[in-house]
Amino acid sequence: MKKTYKIEVDCANCALKMEDAAKATAGVADATVSFMTQKMKVEFAEGADEVSVMKEVTKACKKVEPDCEIFL
Amino acid sequence: MQEGRAGLRDLFIRLSSNKRVKVMTKKQKKVLIRIIISAVLLVGLMVLTRLIDINVYVKLGLYLIPYLIIGYDILKKAALGIWHREVFDENFLMAVATLGAIALGIWKTGDFDESVAVMLFYQIGELFQSYAVGKSRKSITALMDIRPDYANIEGENGLEKVDPDDVEIGSVIVVLPGEKVPIDGRIIEGTTSLNTSALTGESLPRDVKVGDEVISGCVNISGLIKIETTKEFGESTVSKILDLVENSSMKKAKAENFISRFAKIYTPVVCYSAVALAILPPLFRILILHEPGMWAHWFPMALNFLVVSCPCALVISVPLSFFGGIGGASARGILVKGSSYLETLSKVKYMVFDKTGTLTKGVFQVTEVCPADDMRKEQLLYYAAHVESYSNHPISKSLKDAYGQEPDAGILSQVEEISGHGVTALVNGTSVAAGNQKLMKKLGLECTEPDQVGTVVHIAVDQKYAGYILINDVVKEHAAEAITGLKEAGVKKTIMLTGDSRRVAEKVAGRLGVDEVYSELLPSDKVSKVEELLEQKENQEGLAFVGDGINDAPVLSRADIGIAMGAMGSDAAIEAADIVLMDDDPAKIALVMKISRKTLRIVHENIVFALAVKAVCLLLTVILGMGMWLAIIADVGVMVLAVLNATRALRTKNL
Repeated sequence: MKKTYKIEVDCANCALKMEDAAKATAGVADATVSFMTQKMKVEFAEGADEVSVMKEVTKACKKVEPDCEIFL
Repeated sequence: MQEGRAGLRDLFIRLSSNKRVKVMTKKQKKVLIRIIISAVLLVGLMVLTRLIDINVYVKLGLYLIPYLIIGYDILKKAALGIWHREVFDENFLMAVATLGAIALGIWKTGDFDESVAVMLFYQIGELFQSYAVGKSRKSITALMDIRPDYANIEGENGLEKVDPDDVEIGSVIVVLPGEKVPIDGRIIEGTTSLNTSALTGESLPRDVKVGDEVISGCVNISGLIKIETTKEFGESTVSKILDLVENSSMKKAKAENFISRFAKIYTPVVCYSAVALAILPPLFRILILHEPGMWAHWFPMALNFLVVSCPCALVISVPLSFFGGIGGASARGILVKGSSYLETLSKVKYMVFDKTGTLTKGVFQVTEVCPADDMRKEQLLYYAAHVESYSNHPISKSLKDAYGQEPDAGILSQVEEISGHGVTALVNGTSVAAGNQKLMKKLGLECTEPDQVGTVVHIAVDQKYAGYILINDVVKEHAAEAITGLKEAGVKKTIMLTGDSRRVAEKVAGRLGVDEVYSELLPSDKVSKVEELLEQKENQEGLAFVGDGINDAPVLSRADIGIAMGAMGSDAAIEAADIVLMDDDPAKIALVMKISRKTLRIVHENIVFALAVKAVCLLLTVILGMGMWLAIIADVGVMVLAVLNATRALRTKNL
C-alpha cells in the first residue's frame, strides 16, 4: 500500500536524510521524499500498521532533521 | 466604464484571495531578523574593539552575543547530529569551523570578527537559498495548478458548491465563466469556449457545444454550461494529471542520485582531509624537520578548507534543475513522469514512430473528388454521401464530412450492401452504386484506377460511371516539422513502423522525410522490430518509441523511453508511457527533447562549475592561505549562481 504525506523541510539535503531515515524504518518497504513538491511517498510493507509505522517514521526523521514536519 | 471597473475589482479580489501572496515564510523572516541584529552588533563590536583596548575574555563575551544569535540553531543541529551519530553535514562543518576560529582567537589572535562573520554569511546564503528555491517551487507548482476546488451543483436554493470528490457519475454540474471544469463529462446545455492551455499548452480556445465531451482542467471562458459527468473526480483527467505531476519528481534521475551518493561520501572525506591538514603538516615539521610546528598556520587553514568544501550548491541545484525542466515541459502540455526520463530522453538517438494516430491523424478524409465528364464535384459527393449514409464506417463518415450536410435518409431506398464490393441504392429514385473496382466490373462499367494511394470509392449513377472519390488518412500538420526538428535536436535516425500497406507507408514516410519504414506489421511484429533496433544501437544511445498508446502499450514499455499521444485523457496512453503529449502534436517531441537537453546541460554546468570553484578555492586556501571570509563568500556565491542557473531550466521559450 502506498500513501503520500505532505511534509515541510527546508533543504534538499535534509530531504535526502529524511528519505534514508524513512526507508530504514521497520514496516516501510520503500520511501521517496521530494523536496520540490514537499511530499513524502511511503510504500508500506505487507501487513504493516500505517499509523504506528508513520509515528516511527516521524521520530526517525526528527532525529536526522529536527526542523522537519510530517503532516499525518 | 462603471461595469469595467467593477469587473476589474472583482478580478483583483479573486486573484488576491486565490493566490496567497507571501513574500517570505515565518521561518525565513525570523532568520532575516537574526541576520540584521547580529550584523548590526558585529559592526558595532568591530568599531568598538578597534577604538578601545578590551580584555580578550570580555571581548569574547561580547562577540558571543551576535555569534549565538546568528548561530544557535546551527550549533544545536550540529550537537544533535553528533548525538544521533549523523556527524557529517554542513551544520557540523560550520560549527567546527567557527568554534575553531573562536578558539584560535582566545589562544592566539584575539580576533573574533571572523567566526561571527562566517556564521552570518552562511546564514545569509541559507536564507537566499531557501527563498529562491521556495519561490521557484511556487512558480513551478503554479504552472501546474489545475486543481479545481469545487463543483457547482443545482440545489433547491440555487447553485451549491460541493467538493468535486462527492459528485457522483451522471450528476449535472454547472460551470460558470471563469471557472475550471472540475470533472470530465458531456455538455447537456450551453455553448462556450474552453481554454485548454493548462492541459495542452495550446493557446487557442476550443469551442464546444451540446453533446461535446469536455475534460476537467479546462477553464470555461465565455458561457455558462451544464455538464453531465461521465467519471468520478478521482478518475477524471485532472486528477490523473495532478497525480502524475506530483509524483514525477519521485523517479529520480541518475545525476540526481549521483549527487546524493556523492554528498554522503564527499562530506566525511572533506572532514577527514581537514583534520589531516590541521595535524599532519605540523607533525611532519616537528618530527621530521625538527622545526616548530606552526599550528597557528595550519589550524585556520584546515578550518577554511572545511568552509569552502560545503556541498550545498550541488545538493540543491541539481534537483531544482530537473524540477524546473519538468515544470517547463508541463507548461507546454508535455507530461514527463520523472527526472530520470528527462535524462534518458536527452540521450535518445533513434526515434521510432507508429504511423496511424501519431504521424497521421488516424481520421479518414476525402482528399480528392474526381468526377467523370458530365458530373460536378458537389453532385458526386451528394450521391456518394447519401448512398453510404446508412453505415457507420469511417469511410462513410468522411464522405459525410466532405459533403458538409446531414444526408437526407428519407430519399434513400432499396439499400443493398454487396459484401467486398460496395453498396447500391436508390437516391431520390436514381440508382446509385458506390464501391471498388470489382463492383464497377460487376455492373459492366469501365473505370480507371487512379495512381495515388488511398482508398478509392468509384461511383456509378444511373448505370453510368460517374467518377471516383479518394479517401486518405491525413498527415498531421506539424508532422514534417517534427521530423526535421528531431534531426536538429540530435536524433540520428527516424523510423516508422506501421501495420498499413507498403505503398501508403512509403508515401507518408517520403513526404515526412522519415529515414526508415517497416510496413505491414502486426502489433507483435512491432515489439520484435523495436527489440531488434534496441540490439543494433550502441549502449550509450537511447531509443524512444512514439505511439498513440491504445494498442502500442507493449512497445511503449519496451523502448528506453515511451512517448504517448495523450489523446486528451486516454488512460492507456497516460499509464503506459514515460512521457505524454497532451495535444497529440508530434512537434512537441522535438520540444521536449530540447528541454531535456537544456536541463541536462544546466545540471552538468552546475556540477562542473561548483566542483571547479571548490577545487580552486581549496587550492587557494592551501597555497595562499586565503581567509575564511573569502572562503564563505566563495561558497555562498557558487550556491547562489548555481540556484539561479537551475531556474533557467523552467524557461522553455527560444530553446
